[in-house]
Amino acid sequence: MPIEVLLVEDSPGDVRLTKEAFRDANSSIHLNVAADGVEAMAFLSHKGAHVSSPRPDLILLDLNLPKMDGREVLARIKQDPSLKLIPTVILTTSDAEADIVKSYELQANCYLTKPVQLDAFEALVKSINDFWLTKVKLPRQR
Amino acid sequence: MNTIGKNGLAIEVLLVEDSPGDVRLTQEAFRGTNSSIHLHVAADGVEAMAFLTRRGAHAGASRPDLILLDLNLPKMDGREVLAHIKEDASLKTIPTVILTTSDAEVDIVKSYQLHANCYLTKPAQLDAFESLVKSINDFWLTKAKLPQQTAPA
Repeated sequence: MPIEVLLVEDSPGDVRLTKEAFRDANSSIHLNVAADGVEAMAFLSHKGAHVSSPRPDLILLDLNLPKMDGREVLARIKQDPSLKLIPTVILTTSDAEADIVKSYELQANCYLTKPVQLDAFEALVKSINDFWLTKVKLPRQR
Repeated sequence: MNTIGKNGLAIEVLLVEDSPGDVRLTQEAFRGTNSSIHLHVAADGVEAMAFLTRRGAHAGASRPDLILLDLNLPKMDGREVLAHIKEDASLKTIPTVILTTSDAEVDIVKSYQLHANCYLTKPAQLDAFESLVKSINDFWLTKAKLPQQTAPA
C-alpha cells in the first residue's frame, strides 16, 4: 500500500519542490495536495470532489493559506476524534515564536520551517521521510 | 546550526524511563551524538510530574525542551503522565515523544489520541537503538522548531 501524505500548500512552487523531493526520497509515497484550508477539510472529510479520497498517514500543513487558515485547519483536525490521530506537521516559512507556540498549543505534532535554499529544502523533505515515514510508528489506517 | 542551542543554553531533555539499562544506553547514545544535551531522568511517572511541576526535590528543575516518555512505568503510568502534560496549558507545548517497547496498535492509537507528538518503539538491537536516539536528535533537536525556553506560568 502506498503511504498517503496530504500536503496543504498554496504555493505551486513549494508544491512542486515537495513532490520532487519526496519522489527522490521514497517511491511508495503518494502525495495528495490541497491548495487551501477549505479543500484540505473537504479532502479529510471525503466531501465533494474528494468523496473517495484516502485517509492520509501524515499531513504537512502550511499556516498561511487562502479561504481557511492553517491554524483553523489544525484546530479542526485535532478536535476531531478520528482525524486527531493523524500526525500533522506544520511546514511554513514563519519562524515567529507566536506561530510556533500557537501550533504546539493546538497539538501540532511538530513544527518545521521551510528553508529558502533549495538543497536545504530537499534535505528537510528527506528528513521528514526518514523520521516520520520510517522511524515513527503511525496508527494504521482505519 | 541549532534552533535551541543558539543562546548558548543546554538543550534540556527529560527521559522518563524505569529501566536502568535503557537509561544508560540512552545517555550514552545522546552523549555520542550531541554534547549540548543535558539529559534528566525520572524513573517513574510520579517523579516525572514532580520534575515538570518543580515540586519536592525538583524545585529547581529546568523546563525540558523535549520529553521522552516510556509507557509502562511504576507508580503513575506513562499514558497518565502524557494526559497530564497535554491537558496542562503550560506543559502541553513541550514535544513529548513516546519511546517504548510496545508496538501494540492499541498503545499507538491511544498515545496519538492523548496528543503524543510521536510514537517510537525501542529496538532490541543495540546499534538500532543508538541509531534511533541519533535520529531523535537529528529530527527533534536539529530540524524541528521547538518553543523557546520560558518559565512556566
